Amino acid sequence: MNLTLKVWRQNGAEDKGRIVEYKMSDISPDMSFLEMIDVLNEELIEKGDDPIAFDHDCREGICGSCSMYINGEPHGPEDLITTCQLHMRSFKDGDTIYIEPWRAAAFPVIKDLVVDRTAFDAIIQVGGYVSVNTSGNTQDANALPVPKADADAAFDAATCIGCGACVATCKNSSAMLFTSAKISHLALLPQGKVEAQERALNMVEKMDELGFGNCTNTGDCEVQCPKGISLDNIALMNREFLGASLKSEK
Amino acid sequence: MTKLFDNIPEGPLADKWTKYKADAKLVNPANRRNIDVIVIGTGLAGGAAAASLGEMGFNVKSFCFQDSPRRAHSIAAQGGINAAKNYQNDGDSTYRLFYDTIKGGDYRSREANVYRLAEVSANIIDQCVAQGVPFAREYGGLLDNRSFGGVQVQRTFYAKGQTGQQLLIGAYQALSRQINKGTVTMYNRHEMMEIVKIDGKARGIIARNLITGEIEKHSAHAVVVASGGYSNVFFLSTNAMGSNCTAAWKSYKNGAHFANSCYVQIHPTCIPVTGDHQSKLTLMSESLRNDGRIWVPKKKEDSQAIAKGEKTALDIAEDDRDYYLERRYPAFGNLVPRDVASRAAKERCDAGFGVNKTGQAVFLDFSDAINRLGKDAVEARYGNLFQMYEKITAENPYEMPMKIYPAIHYTMGGIWVDYNLQTAVPGLFAAGEANFSDHGANRLGASALMQGLADGYFVLPYTISNYLADDIRTGAISTEHAEFEKAEKAVKDRLDFFMNNKGSKSVDYFHKKLGKVMWEKCGMARNKEGLEEAIEEIKAIREEFWKEVKVPGVQNSFNQELEKAGRVADFIELGDLMCRDALSREESCGGHFREEHQTTEGEALRNDEDYTYVAAWEYKGDNETPELHKEDLKFENIELKQRSYK
Ligand SMILES: Cc1cc2nc3c(=O)[nH]c(=O)nc-3n(C[C@H](O)[C@H](O)[C@H](O)COP(=O)(O)OP(=O)(O)OC[C@H]3O[C@@H](n4cnc5c(N)ncnc54)[C@H](O)[C@@H]3O)c2cc1C
Ligand code: SF4
Ligand code: FES
Repeated sequence: MNLTLKVWRQNGAEDKGRIVEYKMSDISPDMSFLEMIDVLNEELIEKGDDPIAFDHDCREGICGSCSMYINGEPHGPEDLITTCQLHMRSFKDGDTIYIEPWRAAAFPVIKDLVVDRTAFDAIIQVGGYVSVNTSGNTQDANALPVPKADADAAFDAATCIGCGACVATCKNSSAMLFTSAKISHLALLPQGKVEAQERALNMVEKMDELGFGNCTNTGDCEVQCPKGISLDNIALMNREFLGASLKSEK
Repeated sequence: MTKLFDNIPEGPLADKWTKYKADAKLVNPANRRNIDVIVIGTGLAGGAAAASLGEMGFNVKSFCFQDSPRRAHSIAAQGGINAAKNYQNDGDSTYRLFYDTIKGGDYRSREANVYRLAEVSANIIDQCVAQGVPFAREYGGLLDNRSFGGVQVQRTFYAKGQTGQQLLIGAYQALSRQINKGTVTMYNRHEMMEIVKIDGKARGIIARNLITGEIEKHSAHAVVVASGGYSNVFFLSTNAMGSNCTAAWKSYKNGAHFANSCYVQIHPTCIPVTGDHQSKLTLMSESLRNDGRIWVPKKKEDSQAIAKGEKTALDIAEDDRDYYLERRYPAFGNLVPRDVASRAAKERCDAGFGVNKTGQAVFLDFSDAINRLGKDAVEARYGNLFQMYEKITAENPYEMPMKIYPAIHYTMGGIWVDYNLQTAVPGLFAAGEANFSDHGANRLGASALMQGLADGYFVLPYTISNYLADDIRTGAISTEHAEFEKAEKAVKDRLDFFMNNKGSKSVDYFHKKLGKVMWEKCGMARNKEGLEEAIEEIKAIREEFWKEVKVPGVQNSFNQELEKAGRVADFIELGDLMCRDALSREESCGGHFREEHQTTEGEALRNDEDYTYVAAWEYKGDNETPELHKEDLKFENIELKQRSYK
């Protein structure tokens, strides 16, 4: 099929950036979206132009690298997948496709479609863990049974891939879904419960400090999340956060 | 010839590690913060090592090329992690895991290292659970297990099809905790470009900041390479696009030996190639073989009709299906080890029974499991894998059997290390998939994650402390040293070359060309003639590469083509070494199948008399033939047998 691509090109953080148009022909419906960009990049290199910079690694929907808006939607038109899992059979011959980087104050553009998401790491660093040493001096793994329902719910929250689609789609650029997923994952397990309130307090404070916006419950994040992380996590996080705030006021 | 010292402690197998730990030299806590350790890689091995060394109080610098340590390739591991817990009460033990690993590796690994791995395995699960890793559980709240290929017990712990993700997030969280405490400094989007040696010891690295292009010098008292495997030498593999051999290759060129590079694992169940645009291959986890049955039609006409789209799998009557693994290997059936399953698929497809357009695919069928257990139960076990399959192929595996074919997946070979996981260069350690140490000629499923975490959490903290105990008076290593200047200049010269070369072909052009030669001549089946041709072809690719490679953009900024150019330059050299290694090993064992050496039934034929050794190659100069060192493998606890899964 033949396509027209309109791609955001920005040469470094200082550059203002602009949309550049590319015509593509003979695109196979079996190609993944990123393979389609590979083909374009090979053509650009051949012509002596700079290829389009984009983050990608696993190409199977698990590393969370491949961030981009496709026609205004994070990771493109299909639900519950990342860009690398999107295939060209989701488009029609003659389509025009807009491709742009995440846009959020906390995720500055590095080049073209590549943004800096280290703010997510910074949120985890202030408490997104269980404070246990890695010495191996821990009790037997089966000493403390965990109800299957809790373990499954913790797992669901823990499948967040840190892609940032939730922030990118939110009109306030809020990182609530990402942060709450980690807080729930750990609060739902007995091992993580002990520090749950303090964790919530520290992570939420960090999130605000890094320039992510407030949550106004529009729920776009849940719709666009490739892993189906649920808004319920935000409610659980608010409980832990409120508990912690009440205590620290005492 | 220099002699390799494995440095295995004396004493009975089961006591070696305990004794080692009791005797190991320690660094007192006050001295630790004056000692710097560089860890390259934030996968399970590197992430766990950096977190543990940081926690001990060493001053750790951790490097990865991704934008976050959480995205290391370990994240993609699907099926599970082994541990000898015997929770299922099916007769598992440290000894059995040790035995299975040695046998699975076709008797080409070191007993002492493998025993230690089996010994610490149970502790890994305790540690991960304490960190909040949400493993799958039974209704009673206890941990669930599944089986993997090559074993007859259930010892694999898992978190749906995302075990690697959950374990890596656990290690990443431990690492994040240390970053917060200031014991670890994180350098993401940094690529290690060179090892720096001073007076024969590893004392630092040269790294490129991938955002600014700046070349940085980092010093340390010890360097750990945990940079993953080299499957991408084949271009198409199940590894992440960025996975590369550069850190391992620079170690080799600085005196670390590269061992058993021809031992490559081909995973039997991957989604088949569809066309030239293909950038990578997707694995369908081995765990699927617990419930999926592999078959091709018995009649060639049926295979051809399916390939043409005239028939589907559903049109083939039960009696006309050849469940060839169950037929050939009744004891293990669909759960034979990976090398055996891969070769059996190739055999059927080469004989003309393949079931897609390219003739290179077999069926993996879940209809029996769905009838027996119900769709919901199958979905609970494999839901995300089925979804992944459907996204890629647009076919629904609940209704139509999956089509699969073997693909390059894992590299057993790697940097040679002794019992301490130290390379031939003092102060340079290698861990995880980057070293050669535990899997012999074939790795069992769910054992790479185990090895990565064992190396990082439980082995390196002891062995590195033991090494560093002699370094407490050394003081900070200056990056002004002439060796740093020299290494930095070499790195800059190479980058300048790439930027200024007026070539006509992209980096990928060369990578694909190399991959094709490797797959055809150093892939699932090898022979003398093909390997000799491959060496010549790779030489030609190398010459053309340095003449014709074209790298756009500028050096001092974000430049992904420049990153790839350096990696592919190293892959080309590694490809040559792999062919030499494969050529010199005149036997078939594990993932290394030499067509000249097979039984009448087409099974791999080992030659224990002449080849029970580790082939460790030493770099001798750019245009020199590398030197082969042989580390004899001594089997004191296990009797060597022809591997049989019949
Ligand atoms: C699809 C798939 C599924 C798998 N499933 C399983 C499974 O179910 N069970 C199992 O046991 N094993 C599995 N494996 C194998 C297993 O995942 C890997 O062997 C293991 O994760 C490797 O871990 P590692 O820490 O050694 O390296 P990796 O996780 O590959 O990490 C390498 C690190 O090194 C860094 N790095 C590399 N080069 C440089 C450089 N030059 N400069 C700076 N940093 C660098 C990278 O940034 C990264 O952080 C699977 C593998 C694949 C491909
Ligand atoms: S919550 Fe969903 S959208 Fe947000 S980072 Fe995690 S996986 Fe991505
Ligand atoms: S490249 Fe890893 S999620 Fe898309």
